[in-house]
Amino acid sequence: MRIESEQAFQRFVAQARKRSSARSREVLVCCGTGCLANGSAKVAEALAAELAKRGSDVPVATFTKRTGCHGFCERGPLVVLQPQGVLYTRVKPRDAAEIVEKSVIGGEVISRLVYKDPASGQRIPGYAEVPFYQRQTRVAMRNIGRIDPADIEDAVAHGAYAGLAKALFTMTPEQVIEEIEVAGLRGRGGAGFPTARKWRSCRAAAGDRKFVVCNGDEGDPGAFKDRSIMEGDPHSVIEGMVIGAYAVGAHEGFIYVRDEYPLAVVHLTLALEQARARGLLGANILGTGFDFDIRISRGGGAFVCGESSALMRSREGKVGEPRAKYVHATERGLFDLPTVLNNVETWADVGAILARGGAWFASMGTAKSKGTKAFSLVGKVKNTGLIELPMGTTLREIIYGIGGGVLGDRPFKAVQTGGPSGGCVPESLLDLPVDYEKLTEAGSMMGSGGMIVMDDRTCMVEVARYFLQFLTEESCGKCIPCREGLHQMLAIFEDLVAGRGKSGDIEKIERLARGMQLGSLCELGKSAPNPVLSTLRYFRSEYEAHIERRACPAGICRELTAYEIVETACNGCHACFKVCPVGAITGKIKELHVIHHDTCISCGACFDVCPTQAIRTFPKKELAERGVA
Amino acid sequence: MSAAHAADPKPLEAILGAYPAEEASLIQILQDVHRAYNYLPCDVLATVAKTLGVPLAKVYSVGTFYKAFSLQPQGRTIVKVCTGTACHIRGAAQLVDELQRKLGIKPGETTPDMGFTVKTVNCVGACAMAPVLIVGETYHGNAKAAKLDTYLAAGEADDAD
Repeated sequence: MRIESEQAFQRFVAQARKRSSARSREVLVCCGTGCLANGSAKVAEALAAELAKRGSDVPVATFTKRTGCHGFCERGPLVVLQPQGVLYTRVKPRDAAEIVEKSVIGGEVISRLVYKDPASGQRIPGYAEVPFYQRQTRVAMRNIGRIDPADIEDAVAHGAYAGLAKALFTMTPEQVIEEIEVAGLRGRGGAGFPTARKWRSCRAAAGDRKFVVCNGDEGDPGAFKDRSIMEGDPHSVIEGMVIGAYAVGAHEGFIYVRDEYPLAVVHLTLALEQARARGLLGANILGTGFDFDIRISRGGGAFVCGESSALMRSREGKVGEPRAKYVHATERGLFDLPTVLNNVETWADVGAILARGGAWFASMGTAKSKGTKAFSLVGKVKNTGLIELPMGTTLREIIYGIGGGVLGDRPFKAVQTGGPSGGCVPESLLDLPVDYEKLTEAGSMMGSGGMIVMDDRTCMVEVARYFLQFLTEESCGKCIPCREGLHQMLAIFEDLVAGRGKSGDIEKIERLARGMQLGSLCELGKSAPNPVLSTLRYFRSEYEAHIERRACPAGICRELTAYEIVETACNGCHACFKVCPVGAITGKIKELHVIHHDTCISCGACFDVCPTQAIRTFPKKELAERGVA
Repeated sequence: MSAAHAADPKPLEAILGAYPAEEASLIQILQDVHRAYNYLPCDVLATVAKTLGVPLAKVYSVGTFYKAFSLQPQGRTIVKVCTGTACHIRGAAQLVDELQRKLGIKPGETTPDMGFTVKTVNCVGACAMAPVLIVGETYHGNAKAAKLDTYLAAGEADDAD
């Protein structure tokens, strides 16, 4: 059934809502990539089977619904019971019978499955009361975890396409752009370019054939908000793109999805088909005479294709090499035609802004960064997962308030934001309000929203080396400052972590970094020195220790670190013995264990499992002083 | 060229028929070819180049630029270690080392019996479960080097048929 008028759309919404409220009880099972990795598909099957088996006992119609990522991946598989709003974490298929018996039929809460707050030790049954969710404000991720991404009616019942209907039925393209301008929306891909300005230049560009592109090539390691949006609420992306196309006068669109995100492709494909069947996409959208369709392009696994001009070359079937920035994509983008390219999250914000108004969006955030921002909070933090907050929230609130603090209550060292283009922000800046400007001032950047928490067991020199290695592999090789600069810098860092650092290396690194910033063609090369420069800025003493003392203060760099067992602390639990991959630990249960330095490879596996913190690290060079080979 | 015999042309015909014969289809076609043949066979690339009217050198440059493509035949089971930042700081390197010790191959290589190919990937977006190991189609969150034998055996069984 195609919708061909405003009245028909309203009827469709009413009907979808009615169907949704008839399902007075729902069992929501998170089937995002994280929960699937934890076995949530089997949990959903078991729950559905159990409900079918007990059909006659179930008081009212109850549906099992597979949703996208709830964001609380670390506690997965997650199950939410509606309308009670009870959240169960780490659910196993064998829990299905008990959940149906006690909770669905009996209305009881099963205490053992309820989330236990690590801060207070309290069990919190309500989804909305869990601090991880309570402190969030979700706009781009408004429907993720609430809707079944494979069911357009469910999405519409939760407000999808309301912004599109408003734009097409009541606004001119210029008014749409003005609304986005009032909202103060800036690109969520990281650079923060004002969206309205981009749309306006593309609208003004000459020519009838224009493109709207969604950048779903979320390549920053440690970031997965775009994956979750595409998987969990593909309609929000489609709605935003149709609105954008209407605003700029485009009739063709592409969603470029990373090769590593197969589930996103499946859900987007299905959503596009459903939207087309309802007349929300394709020819004569909602009967307004506006034509626009979207196709999906899968990436080929190249980080540089997240850069907009490289992405467009890739879509053209070419090698993904960026172009110089003086060629504006809004005039000469995809196939050299005017193109608007925005990030997944930006597109997902658009529908909500149109539906609720630009002023509402602009009421959140800071002076120059409006609205909310999605982040993936990962690394050495207790509550890992996806979060969305108003701009200007402090790092402390994010890491300690929502994240629950550092894993194992170890000391906080830094948080890495902005992926390989960003930097490491130290403890002294924990009260920094997060927005585009503040992160840039701190030597990092917003990037695509990855926040990787690092504890004292993270060597900052090694972290910088890691990003250099990543970028050396991913540099497209077109311009010399990036290609050769990275190569040379990585060589210096490999020496540093292996204890072959020389005095003067730091200065050499700084010179190379300046050259790359000035001379590289695209942002990948220009921003490549950021992880290096930010760690040098805040953790210079660690660099000096590697060079001058041949020591890794964090006890991570293998060539510089040796391990030993503290006699007074070892309780002989044998855990280290079991985990050592090379058999370098000897000792009997309940007796003192010993690490043999001649076979130890300094992997640190024993350190991580020791329950009594009986394993300590020391500089490897001391071995020679002790007379050990 | 690694495969001495010519590749079966049947799957290729179906793939080429599904896309317009133009340069813009190249990456999509190579992805389908890779899925059908498990790598990019040399003679297949030549046919793709001819059909699309793209020089073979360009097809080769695209085939070698993107990580999703391999010009070498791949093992029956692909083992991917995620080396994204979150996985890196939670011990992905230990998984790579242990795989190397167990299978005798480095990332990017295939065991002589064509059983396993080991790859590292830059972030699969499951960072909350770090470190992540993907054996065949199965994602293992919070993967442990000590459990590698179990992961590999399960993957081998899945890909046996």
